[in-house]
Amino acid sequence: MKFTLSWLKEHLHTEASAEEIARSLTRIGLEVESVEDPAKALAPFRIASVVSAQQHPNADRLRVCMVDVGDASGPVQVVCGAPNARAGIKAVFAAPGSVIPNTGDVLKTGTIRGVESRGMLVSERELGLSDEHTGIIELPDDAPVGTSFAAYRKLADPLFDVSVTPNRPDCLGVSGIARDLAAAGLGTVIGHALPPGHGAFPAPVTVTLDLGDAPGLCPAFALRLIRGVKNGPSPEWLQQRLRSIGLRPINALVDVTNFLTFDRNRPLHVFDASKVAGNLTVRKAKGGEEILALDGRTYRLDETMVVIADQNGVESIGGIMGGEATGCTEATTDVLVESALWDALNIAQTGRKLGINSDARFRFERGVDPEFCVPGLELATRMIVDLCGGEASEMVVAGTPHDERRTVSFPLAEVKRLAGLDLPANEVTGILGKLGFGVHGFGENLIVSIPTWRPDVGGKADLVEEVVRMVGVDAVPVRPMRKPEGVSRPVLTLGQRRVRTARRALAARGLVEAVTWSFISKDRAELFGGGQPELALANPISADMTDMRPSLLPGLAAAAQRNAARGFSDGALFEVGQIYRGVRPDDQYTAAAGVRYGTAGVGGSGRNWQSSARAVDVFDAKADLLALLDALGVATDKVQIVPGGPAWFHPGRAGTVQLGPKTVLGWFGEFHPSTLEKLDMTGPVAAFAVILEALPAPKAKATKTKPPLDLPDLQAVRRDFAFVVDRGVEAAKIVRAAEGADRKLIAGVQVFDVFEGPAIGEGRKSVAIEVTLQPSERTLTEADIEAVSAKIVADTVKATGATLRS
Amino acid sequence: MSDIDTIERTILAAVGSAGDEAALETVRVSALGKKGSVSELLKTLGTMTPAERQTAGPAINGLKDRVNEALAARKAILRDEALTKRLAAEAVDVTLPVRRAPLETGRIHPVSQVIDEITAICSDLGFAIAEGPDIETDFYNFTALNFPVGHPAREMHDTFFFRPNAEGERLLLRTHTSPVQIRTMEKQKPPIRVVIPGRTYRQDSDQTHTPMFHQLEGLVIEEDTNIGHLKWVLQEFCKAFFEVDRVEMRFRPSFFPFTEPSMEVDIRCRRVGNEVRFGEGDDWLEILGCGMVHPNVLRHGGIDPDRYQGFAWGMGIDRIAMLKYGMPDLRAFFDADVRWLRHYGFRPLDLPTLAGGLSG
Repeated sequence: MKFTLSWLKEHLHTEASAEEIARSLTRIGLEVESVEDPAKALAPFRIASVVSAQQHPNADRLRVCMVDVGDASGPVQVVCGAPNARAGIKAVFAAPGSVIPNTGDVLKTGTIRGVESRGMLVSERELGLSDEHTGIIELPDDAPVGTSFAAYRKLADPLFDVSVTPNRPDCLGVSGIARDLAAAGLGTVIGHALPPGHGAFPAPVTVTLDLGDAPGLCPAFALRLIRGVKNGPSPEWLQQRLRSIGLRPINALVDVTNFLTFDRNRPLHVFDASKVAGNLTVRKAKGGEEILALDGRTYRLDETMVVIADQNGVESIGGIMGGEATGCTEATTDVLVESALWDALNIAQTGRKLGINSDARFRFERGVDPEFCVPGLELATRMIVDLCGGEASEMVVAGTPHDERRTVSFPLAEVKRLAGLDLPANEVTGILGKLGFGVHGFGENLIVSIPTWRPDVGGKADLVEEVVRMVGVDAVPVRPMRKPEGVSRPVLTLGQRRVRTARRALAARGLVEAVTWSFISKDRAELFGGGQPELALANPISADMTDMRPSLLPGLAAAAQRNAARGFSDGALFEVGQIYRGVRPDDQYTAAAGVRYGTAGVGGSGRNWQSSARAVDVFDAKADLLALLDALGVATDKVQIVPGGPAWFHPGRAGTVQLGPKTVLGWFGEFHPSTLEKLDMTGPVAAFAVILEALPAPKAKATKTKPPLDLPDLQAVRRDFAFVVDRGVEAAKIVRAAEGADRKLIAGVQVFDVFEGPAIGEGRKSVAIEVTLQPSERTLTEADIEAVSAKIVADTVKATGATLRS
Repeated sequence: MSDIDTIERTILAAVGSAGDEAALETVRVSALGKKGSVSELLKTLGTMTPAERQTAGPAINGLKDRVNEALAARKAILRDEALTKRLAAEAVDVTLPVRRAPLETGRIHPVSQVIDEITAICSDLGFAIAEGPDIETDFYNFTALNFPVGHPAREMHDTFFFRPNAEGERLLLRTHTSPVQIRTMEKQKPPIRVVIPGRTYRQDSDQTHTPMFHQLEGLVIEEDTNIGHLKWVLQEFCKAFFEVDRVEMRFRPSFFPFTEPSMEVDIRCRRVGNEVRFGEGDDWLEILGCGMVHPNVLRHGGIDPDRYQGFAWGMGIDRIAMLKYGMPDLRAFFDADVRWLRHYGFRPLDLPTLAGGLSG
């Protein structure tokens, strides 16, 4: 919402400066985006008189002018190319050193075709006032030479740009802003008493509201004819008002409607009566009806939209924009002036569907003052008759342009309760009164009636806000909140603790945390098991961000690819964040996932004088995943590693981590070659993902005591075994068989060598294990060791078909 | 006697010229071994008369002692020499680089770090952390938060929608963390003190807006809490978060459908290069929105607005991270450029605590 200081002063008696006003506006919730004084840029420009203008000796189109700029030192010589530069006119002079507003250039004394020029006579375009550049500015004869042009033209008028929140339509008119400022103590409102108008003749056009069971779509419609007007450019003061806030003057009739839109938050519409056929009907549009609107575009309407129609059809989109066919031109002599009320929601929906952002829509969808519907028409009538002459008919009003004032029961204690402000009753009632609220009742419990221009106020809290706005939040004393008694208690849930731990654990393994988009492209979502239609956005911001991610891996892979493309071909990234398997709250899971690419293993990446890092593989991902599970308190010796994983992994270089047959905790592996191809990546990429919700919760215990530590006194004995098995036999099977040979005695089994080669035979491999025997009662004898060794061999052979390698 | 002298001279010369421990051992054996020259002399003592022994005994034993001493001294020298030689041979170029440890290369994203900082502060004030889903219903995101259907305030949110489901319901991505206010009220009776950090989404993109961003919501519902407490919490939070001794805040009345009265808060600051210094200067930086929870919102959460009251605030986590740590561009937060993450990220063990200071 833009307005100038002089416009505000039409409604507010105030001595306050622009700065004070701006500060107050922001303080009361009308945030000032900017205050600009157009006069500042025009300060160097003075009114001058052209004393003489002679042909330039060396140029046909130039004249050498002697210009009186009001200096005692006498006239200044200026070379000027404007066709209207002639002796006797008053013009606007710029001295050397001035900055020309529309170019930003600094004017210098120059020599033009051999004649010195000590300044410049300027056009409106050069001053940024308009596009006018056919000649220099000519001022009336009585313009005082030597004085400021900006002051003469009354351009010294600060322009405020205020951001009005959507709850305050009353401040979309200058008069409403004046009311708020007066209540804030910045002056007094200037009332504009409006005597009721008298029609000279009955209105020849009637209005019918034909909205069936939805009369609320147009609660009221007031109309009157003014005949015999002389339309044309509006007077300078009105044009100046409109131009000052960036509107283009059109003609007097239209300018009056635009002026009242901004002056009083009262949008109006004018029809050229000669182009309206018969009476007007307010009705819903018929599907497929079209209208060429005043913005020059044709709109196709549907049955939800409300229009004003005559015998020819739709002439105006109610409350949004009029039609070209019945628009007022300079030739208009008879004008129908409309002031109506519309349903805010319907206006908003229609405006959105049609894509029309008009000043009328903006106001009607926020809410105009219903009580001002008829007075607004009276005011428009008077302005039109004043500016254009003519004779007004009686007013016809369809519907009810009156609203019962709503009332709120308001205990004064609410101010203290919600705002913490101790204010005397008369201060509260005074503030409400100045804002137009009616205050009734005595003592602690008031009845407050709400002005019709305040659709935002409906309850006690709203009234407290009005008081706080005017008193200022600074007046509220700061009060410490009660802190928890004693030492603060833990507040994080298990899930929250896991997210924090997962992040630190993965970062501690050298992975770098990324935060990637929750939405990814459809093909990537599909590649990683997502892409269900219900998880696709209806209005994505780009083709890369259409579907909710089913996994963190596609985002991390894309990040890896971008980094590789920047020349960082080795890297390790992780993310802990939400993934979506459906649209219900329960379908959102928290995953922790990571990718390593190039040579970025946990031991470092790239070349090094000791040893260059190898390419990452499935075991890097497995190590990350198990380390993460350990950090999250999962006993990694209890989980099962099942070969294979989801389709995006290499089938022979991936594993699924499970607890029991059903509970999948996560996956690790190298990306499938076709996954890499679809991601436009060159491998290898090792990746893992864990679903944090799948992890078992720790068992609740009565105390924090750890189980006692049982350290055996006896020395452990280690024995090595090498088995030859088929290539497909899992090492875990050998380890499990060996462990099972004597659960009491065998404390651990380590695979320390895996070997394939001609010596072993085609399709076979050698797996060497070290078994640790830990006696607890007595030192083992050779015979004891022999016995358990034999059992280890026998059990392993039985379980895996192995042969012992001798 | 001259025999002894000769033998001693010979042995000591041999000791002195022994070049290593093996040579020295040969010298020892030739002198003190079974057939050694000194041993042979000792054997002669048995054949001597007591009188002869009286003088020859000490002389020969003295010789033995001196030879032993010389051997020991030489041995020590030889060992030192050998060690010195070994050490010289074992020397390496310690300027050669070592690989960087995982703890040196791993990084925590600034958003996570800032959420941990917020958690440290808010838990001390008795706030729990609440969470809610990203995919929301119109009811939780708007209606329950007192956004009238069709109100322009909804349009200001640039909402991402999903296609209507079979029941005609159109789900959306939450545009703010405020729906979790309602979800919290449904689950928990007052008193309530929660903060809600999380991802939020709006259809917007430029240097300071991204289609996804992070918000921090705060919600307090008690029987006697008012704007004075709200001001206190925000001041304490900002002082603690920005790690400054004082902040100056300006509360401007504003409008949010879910609070009444509503306020926007600016913080006094001075910009120096890419730094923002708080508590000084003449700039005001908008930092958060807040207000007393609207009675309709309390009602939607099943709470009696005449008995309980509360306040809420919301601020951008990414934004306060940028203000504190000086990142110029929000879009870079979600680009996963490792150069950016290394520069603006935090070390794995930089865990923010109140005891140790949030940023150490």
